[in-house]
Amino acid sequence: MSDEVDQGRRRLLTVATAGTGAIGVAFAAIPFLASWKPSARAKALGAPVEVDASKLEVGQMLKVVWRGQPVYVIRRVKSTVDAIGGHDDRLADPKSDDSTQPDYIKASGPVRARNPEYWIGLAVCTHLGCSPLGAFEPNNALQVAGTDLGANWPGGFYCPCHGSKYDISGRVFKNMPAPKNLTVPPYAITADLRVAIGVDDAPKTVS
Amino acid sequence: MAARPESAHPASGGGLLGWIDQRFPLSQLWKSQVSEYYAPKNFNFWYYFGVLSLVVLANQLVTGIFLTMNYKPSSAEAFASIEYIMRDVDWGWLIRYMHSTGASAFFIVIYLHMFRALLYGSHRKPRELLWIFGCLIFLLLMAEAFMGYVLPWGNMSYWGAQVIVSLFGSLPWIGASLVEWIRGDYYIADATLNRFFALHVAALPLALVFLVIAHLMALHEVGSNNPDGIDIHDHEDAKGHPLDGIPFHPYYTVKDMVGIAGFLLLFSAVIFFAPSFGGLFLESPNFDPANPLQTPPHIAPVWYFTPFYAMLRAVPSFAGTQVWGVMVMGASVLIIFFLPWLDRSPVRSIRYRGPIYKIMLAIFVVSFVVLAVCGLKPPAGIYPMLGRVCTITYFAFFLLMPWYSKLDSFKPVPERVTGHA
Amino acid sequence: MLKSWILVGVGLLAAGSAAAQEGGIALLKADTDITNTDSLQRGARNFMNYCSGCHSMKYLRYNRMAADLKIPEAELQKNLMFTTDKSFDGINSAMPADASTWFGKLPPDLSLIARAREGGADYIYSYLKGFYVDKSRPWGVNNLYLQASAMPHVLWQLQGLQKPVFKPGPNGTGGTQVELVGVEPMTPGTMKPEEYDQFVRDITNFLDYAAEPIKAKRQSMGIFVILFLLVFFVFAYLLKKEYWKDVH
Repeated sequence: MSDEVDQGRRRLLTVATAGTGAIGVAFAAIPFLASWKPSARAKALGAPVEVDASKLEVGQMLKVVWRGQPVYVIRRVKSTVDAIGGHDDRLADPKSDDSTQPDYIKASGPVRARNPEYWIGLAVCTHLGCSPLGAFEPNNALQVAGTDLGANWPGGFYCPCHGSKYDISGRVFKNMPAPKNLTVPPYAITADLRVAIGVDDAPKTVS
Repeated sequence: MAARPESAHPASGGGLLGWIDQRFPLSQLWKSQVSEYYAPKNFNFWYYFGVLSLVVLANQLVTGIFLTMNYKPSSAEAFASIEYIMRDVDWGWLIRYMHSTGASAFFIVIYLHMFRALLYGSHRKPRELLWIFGCLIFLLLMAEAFMGYVLPWGNMSYWGAQVIVSLFGSLPWIGASLVEWIRGDYYIADATLNRFFALHVAALPLALVFLVIAHLMALHEVGSNNPDGIDIHDHEDAKGHPLDGIPFHPYYTVKDMVGIAGFLLLFSAVIFFAPSFGGLFLESPNFDPANPLQTPPHIAPVWYFTPFYAMLRAVPSFAGTQVWGVMVMGASVLIIFFLPWLDRSPVRSIRYRGPIYKIMLAIFVVSFVVLAVCGLKPPAGIYPMLGRVCTITYFAFFLLMPWYSKLDSFKPVPERVTGHA
Repeated sequence: MLKSWILVGVGLLAAGSAAAQEGGIALLKADTDITNTDSLQRGARNFMNYCSGCHSMKYLRYNRMAADLKIPEAELQKNLMFTTDKSFDGINSAMPADASTWFGKLPPDLSLIARAREGGADYIYSYLKGFYVDKSRPWGVNNLYLQASAMPHVLWQLQGLQKPVFKPGPNGTGGTQVELVGVEPMTPGTMKPEEYDQFVRDITNFLDYAAEPIKAKRQSMGIFVILFLLVFFVFAYLLKKEYWKDVH
């Protein structure tokens, strides 16, 4: 009473079952893998940070935290900004080809900012992550205690960990431990100097 | 230096498999445990619940690990972390429901798995140790489920923990210190929650996995029972394979797929359409955070514990102590371990037993279900009395068994199995 | 074998019938529909206007609510957000932590209220319609469904006031006493009864949504999962039957 084993049918059914099963397993894996994505809370905490830069005095620096990292908001001295193109030969990457910044920052040239008077960038040295100190006064070689910034210091940043130096737009000098210019995050700045760090377009005002 | 002698299990093939086989008994394990492990061909519906237990165990382990990635085991953060999982973590809600439904599914499957043994005598010699491993798994599973229920730190989590832990206080002499030692504090507190977390996530799952492995090893050592309760190895062919046996793979792998598919259908229906299951799987008081100042209107354990809870409540206080109820509740679980030695019938399977066993088993099942209902209800109306009656009939099933199993008639047992799946 | 199934079935039926309603006033039916976006939007507005002053809903983020209820960001900010909270924050209330000194207890967070009470949405709906005047209470009102409720009747101007209805009934020792069996209207409010009813239904619907925002999605997803599993079940069954032709 035993029929010939229909191998073709067996194979077909095995493939159909195994195939459906595999698809099922793949679908079932999605929730588990997706649960690793940043949660709504992470997105909330990583939301854009708003800063009111209108109260900053000339030469003053503010540091805020965005997505766990320190960000500088600096109101630069106009004369330093005007002289920004004068030391390109001393910089490792004057056109910011190798560093990280939004397109609109790269396109702004040496000022590396959407509003030239205000510079915004991550306070994270591109060498090993220390937070560089401000040394904004030009020609003041001893403004950072215990260090000689050298002659013709154009104003900028000095990282105390291994001595990397950056100019006032965060561009790293040649022969420094740090390889790249300081990173600039996406940000928007309005006419009335409200800065939103983390977005390209300013959020709408709440009246 | 002389090379080690060739492995006793030479490579069955070439390539990667051969390389592995020379170093690890992979092919041999596959053959002995699966593709050439002969199981009776007459497994019926009741035989699905073993593999389904494994499926639910795997589900609890995987979903549990992923819940632990976002859960915070502190009394200040636990409740909020559950809502975080439900609302903020992508797909967190699904992982949570799979775990909570899985907990109830585990007990449904395990109770039916144990019931199968009562039907077909799977606990009888030579499977006593298999039965004992199973009972140990059941005991640990109850502890695991109890601790897991405390973790969301809802109001029922808190008060359920309060009640159950206080039971230990009724033990003479050591009671009060024992309760304080379990709690790690003077009341159910952060310390209690944190240690329950460690036990629930690490210690008990490890112990459970080892016990399941031991359980399967014990099973394979003597071979599976079957609905006719006869030994298929009594009749073997020239190769030593039982005439009424079939290799587990492909026949039972393929059959278990159907069982698993059916189970997943029911499981998914609950998860996607009724995860609270009318307040049985997720109880409403637990959607309020733990509040030491306010007890829920009525405290009941989750449904799978209510039969034992009903037995606890059925026993009145005597000589100023509640310990008798605690002892009866403990006995109601421990007595299950002794079943292999209580059953004196010359036949294993209910198919060939007389009417007394059938009646006693029917009474036992009805008692168990009625006790479950009693445990869910507040102790008022007819429920306390029902609880007492059913406690007696529950114990009668076991305690009278040495007598009625011997007294009962039985039918002649066939030589070969009847029917196939 | 069949007998064992009958047993299990009978046992469960006995259990089911035994799990009948206990004493107490029957709840009104809320008939919530969490897919009715219009109702949810009105409910959200009602909640923010009348409830969020005292009750937080901290587990529901504004932006999540806006996305689920299809409310554009600008409208969310303008009509539904009254605090300095951002749209990614949960709905917090301005109620200070020592409010229990005024109310007797802190107004509870309402994120999960529809799941935390026996009767769920029906309870919420009934409760909001169940206030009646009671001079013995601090706020002058009591509630048919929660005796000695600490909450004032925030919506009294909309609903008007109700008075309690008593009926004589047995007291456990063979005599009679009056028991509270319902409420009836006393003075009208600014809303007609049907308007108030809809108002309260919308709030209830919103609270039902808020207790589990993913509910509508999970139900629609479930249909696909069940259909998929049915297909798998059919294939597995046919495969089993095919292989088991070998077994005699």
